[in-house]
Amino acid sequence: MFPELNSILNATPDGFKSSDFILVSDRRADASFLIHHHLSFYLRAGCKVCFLGLVQSFSHYSAVGQRLGVSLAQAREKGQLVFLEGLKNSIGVVLQEDTSQETQPLSYLRTPGAGLEGLFRFVDRCVRQRGDGDAGESWGPPVLLIDDLSVLLSLGVSVGAILDFTLYCQATVCSELQGNMVILVRCEEDADDDEEGSNLLQRGLVHQCNLALHVEGLPTGYCRDIHGQMSVWWRQGGETIYNQRKIFHFKLHDKGASFFARGTSSAVL
Amino acid sequence: MAAPVRGMAGSTSIGNTTSFQKKTRSKLVSIPGTRPSVQNGQLLVSSGVSSLDYVIGGGLAVGTLLLVEEDRYDSYSRMLLKYFLAEGVVCGHELFLASARDHPDDIMQELPSPIVDDVAGMKISEGQSQPSDPENPDTMKIAWRYQNQPKVQTALASSVRFGHYYDVSKTMEPELRQAAKCHSFYQLQEMPVATGSSPLPSPYHALLKSIQTVIRKEGFDGSTPQSKVRNVLRLGLHSLGSVLWGDDVCCKDNPAHCHALTTFLYILRGMLRTSLSVAMVTVPSHLIQNRAVMGRIIRLSDTAVALESFKGSEKETNPLYKDYHGLLHVRQLPRLNCLSCEVPDTKDLAFKLKRKQFTIERLHLPPDLSETVSRVSKTDLAAGCGSTATGNKHLDF
Repeated sequence: MFPELNSILNATPDGFKSSDFILVSDRRADASFLIHHHLSFYLRAGCKVCFLGLVQSFSHYSAVGQRLGVSLAQAREKGQLVFLEGLKNSIGVVLQEDTSQETQPLSYLRTPGAGLEGLFRFVDRCVRQRGDGDAGESWGPPVLLIDDLSVLLSLGVSVGAILDFTLYCQATVCSELQGNMVILVRCEEDADDDEEGSNLLQRGLVHQCNLALHVEGLPTGYCRDIHGQMSVWWRQGGETIYNQRKIFHFKLHDKGASFFARGTSSAVL
Repeated sequence: MAAPVRGMAGSTSIGNTTSFQKKTRSKLVSIPGTRPSVQNGQLLVSSGVSSLDYVIGGGLAVGTLLLVEEDRYDSYSRMLLKYFLAEGVVCGHELFLASARDHPDDIMQELPSPIVDDVAGMKISEGQSQPSDPENPDTMKIAWRYQNQPKVQTALASSVRFGHYYDVSKTMEPELRQAAKCHSFYQLQEMPVATGSSPLPSPYHALLKSIQTVIRKEGFDGSTPQSKVRNVLRLGLHSLGSVLWGDDVCCKDNPAHCHALTTFLYILRGMLRTSLSVAMVTVPSHLIQNRAVMGRIIRLSDTAVALESFKGSEKETNPLYKDYHGLLHVRQLPRLNCLSCEVPDTKDLAFKLKRKQFTIERLHLPPDLSETVSRVSKTDLAAGCGSTATGNKHLDF
């Protein structure tokens, strides 16, 4: 959890906007640090988190989470965190050894043209399960985190199927259960002739979301001290219509990230 | 904590049923040829080229994938693959080599030979002694004060060093090469297997199956009991995506199998993350027309570098580049188990293949040596105060 980002977004673990769909995207940069931030943020807030980790292993998030102060292994054990190991389970699915019921969420690997219904059923089941009987504690509103939805494009799923999936998820998680959704999408460079690509996916998702965080490199070139620029775009939400954009520069450290207004980096001042 | 030092294998999490047990006495995993990273404790292996190790942050992390975009004639990328495999032989790692064009045995025979004093400990038998004084080899006549000091070991064991140097003009000794266990996969000799409803075309499917068999059989994923000494598996996959692998991503704008290579890399990533292995894949990216596919391939790998050689292009005769053989672009560096990644000093890197070293340096411009630059010659200024020689035109007091 990055305190500076919390103040930029006006959110704390005790009080944050519900029914929020946050889209994190990047272009030629790596925005996964924002996923780590949101993961530790929602775990601290006591929400039930359903994490689809499609590109990295659990130990990666666990190691970063420990630096940020949350223990993912403990959360998983308690039932607060449900983690879908995309990488590990996909080997068996593609090499056709594992056809059991547990691999239903990854059925898109076998038949990419069929869509993401199996994955949605998994998410649906997971977010509706609130509160474990034995511990007696019930968690807060459900949160769906997806690390790298655009990897599904690399596996052959069409943009339309992915947009359908996110619409279903938004209807279930945000509208029905008053939870939040954070999705990471990675885009390529602007390719105008990119019909079936991640740019189309990102445009479609920006249209659906409430808050869009876009990370890219500095427009003036490579700099060692400023790792990139993040633009925050508040779209419509609730009564007030925001539609406001702000741009910040950021620098990543070992245990966090610092955000500052353009031109106020410590390397410059 | 021991978990990061064990590489990317996630088997130490609670509730996992593999037989990875924490060794209670030793805290650090000691596999020959590896060292923990100074940034985040990740287990690193050398890529065979020490300047490349420096550029990518100390070495290749175990469990990750290095993508090398080939240069136009595949000369330097093939060289990097050979360095990678040679380093595996010298460190005692197991090798897996897959190729579609040249037979893996041919590639293995071309491996460069390591420079001798680095591997003196490996092959020279213990019985050989240094030439010494024939009468009394033990007593020292001049340096008698040092008589009782312990003898200095000059022959280093190869497992102690991280990163070796190779002589490209010589090939590796057959005994040294055969001491390493090498599994090979030659696409042209494989029988096409009916893959059923797999999303992958047959060659990639067969290659993945073969890799999985090797990992399971040799126990790189922790499935064998603890008595076996742990080792690292190095996978070298040559020219993936080329037409010989049954893939048309390199020859068509809208390939029929546009997701084959990316699905393959995704599954390979999963296999690497769950075993003690490291892979180097070369891809002929200059043949891939679709830039979006290349972007996806880079994002699916962990470390990605691209080689651009000057051979055959107009840059070969450009005086700016006369000291180098090509440019090296670092496309992506991994962020493993931590938030921040290795931030390089500069992105303008050029490489040069010398006989004993593959150097990667910061590209700098040579001094301007054209004739139009006027230079003040030294003899005019060197005249002393008292001399009235003829060369004193420029001085007036």
